[in-house]
Amino acid sequence: MVVSIGFEGSANKLGIGIVRDGIVLANPRRTFITPPGEGFKPVDTANHHQLNIVLLLKEALDEAKIDPHEIDVVCYTKGPGLGSPLVSVAVFARTVSQLWGKPIIGVNHCIGHIEMARLITGAQNPIVLYVSGGNTQIIAYSQKRYRIFGETVDIAVGNCLDRFARLLKLSNHPSPGHNIEQLAKNGKIYVPLPYVVKGMDMSFSGVLTYIEDFATTLQEYTVEDLCFSLQETVFAMLVETTERAMAHCGAQEVLICGGVGCNIRLQEMMAEMCKERGAKVFATDERFCIDNGAMIAHAGAEMFNVGVLTSWEDTFCTQRYRTDEVEVKWRNDV
Amino acid sequence: MDMKEQPYVLIKQGSEAKIYSGSFHGKPCLVKERFPKRYRHPQLDREISTQRLKNEVRSLVRCRLAGVHAPTVYCVNMELNHIMMEHIVDGVTVKDYIKDPTSKSNLDQLASTIGTTIGLLHSQNIIHGDLTTSNMLIRSGDISKLTMIDFGLSFIDHSAEDKGVDLYVLERAMLSTHPNSESLFEVILKSYLKTNKKDGKETLKKLDEIRLRGRKRSMAG
Repeated sequence: MVVSIGFEGSANKLGIGIVRDGIVLANPRRTFITPPGEGFKPVDTANHHQLNIVLLLKEALDEAKIDPHEIDVVCYTKGPGLGSPLVSVAVFARTVSQLWGKPIIGVNHCIGHIEMARLITGAQNPIVLYVSGGNTQIIAYSQKRYRIFGETVDIAVGNCLDRFARLLKLSNHPSPGHNIEQLAKNGKIYVPLPYVVKGMDMSFSGVLTYIEDFATTLQEYTVEDLCFSLQETVFAMLVETTERAMAHCGAQEVLICGGVGCNIRLQEMMAEMCKERGAKVFATDERFCIDNGAMIAHAGAEMFNVGVLTSWEDTFCTQRYRTDEVEVKWRNDV
Repeated sequence: MDMKEQPYVLIKQGSEAKIYSGSFHGKPCLVKERFPKRYRHPQLDREISTQRLKNEVRSLVRCRLAGVHAPTVYCVNMELNHIMMEHIVDGVTVKDYIKDPTSKSNLDQLASTIGTTIGLLHSQNIIHGDLTTSNMLIRSGDISKLTMIDFGLSFIDHSAEDKGVDLYVLERAMLSTHPNSESLFEVILKSYLKTNKKDGKETLKKLDEIRLRGRKRSMAG
């Protein structure tokens, strides 16, 4: 029986999760929300994490009804992410690891998303669409690595949505993407937008630039129309490249993870594509799609179980830490 | 040509079309049917399908000018979004060929052929758009000549940027599909440079730029 605790703070969400053998005992989260029209700056975000982390740890321990001495391993997000928020959380994780005398593991954030989503949905060997504010990747497992088959060539899809929301001064509460999704439901007219797909790769920066010109002169189209059109366009690009990766790899399962993954319209479109191919789609809701501590705790437990630990001098953070850099020692399939 | 007149059999469902096999005046023939994608907004779907069908046929025809083997186009039906083309029955994909353990010794020669073929395409400004080892065929085991297929995302452009992205897409697809194939890609680039004399150098410079762009994407989220 392994009890692990995970600390996540690579972007504007601070999360602490406690997991016992794949069962989530506690998974509280705090989100740093900025005023409409503004993004979150690294330094302010780091301050937010530092101010909240002690109380959040108490909340997690109380909710899980776990005493620190029952914890086997401390896990934290090593990267990728924003520098100062990552470091703030890592310092805290190192401190509790020493206070409690427990081993420590640095976890790749993307691997955390994939392993958590696999645990929750039971997907065996899916093509993974990992979509968030900082990442847009199409991933498949092969020979001990999560290999990146498709990717954005410029900005992440979530970044495109966030910046679009900022442009229109939409609220960042609870998240810009959520508000775009709600507005899009009332969109009627489809505005043609650049649709850029390069094999299994895609590009979102051109869509943003194009829509910037529209957003300032909103006579013809409503905000709802723009939200609707943006979603329809960028999600179609995601579904198309995912389908191409499925055809290329001969896969019959798709798993959607990352913050953008809780968008119901994206899930619907993916399900429609899968229906045509006789494939299955797996997705989770905002508890596990959006950054959280449990995903770091769970991925860390998988690593702990096969004897992977992070040595003290390696418990640093790295802003660039690619999904395919991690050797997946805990999976034994080909 | 009415598909209902003779038996056409669905043999593959790719990411954007259904592929049927049959015969065209006695010759083995494939029908590539771009069916409506229901997940896509109908207006967007129509635009994409029509555009891609046109681009695909243009590129296939232009391959002849470039001296690159590609399926011969027999017939096009714009209303049904059908392309009828030559069915290459004796082809093995480069993906399967590389994964076959008996072909290890020839891989450098194969890589050189891949580089030459893409060099020829690019010197005629044909951007394939989806260069993967699944979209290259070896016929009757002869690795000195490749047949390129699936021009569904192709277009004609002379810019080094688009050619660079084309090579980048291939590099990414190769590294993910065939782990440890870095050295093969080096061979591909070398023979590419030899064939695409017009803007090969400029394209490889762009490729380096594009690689950095992609690398940066490992960020927050």
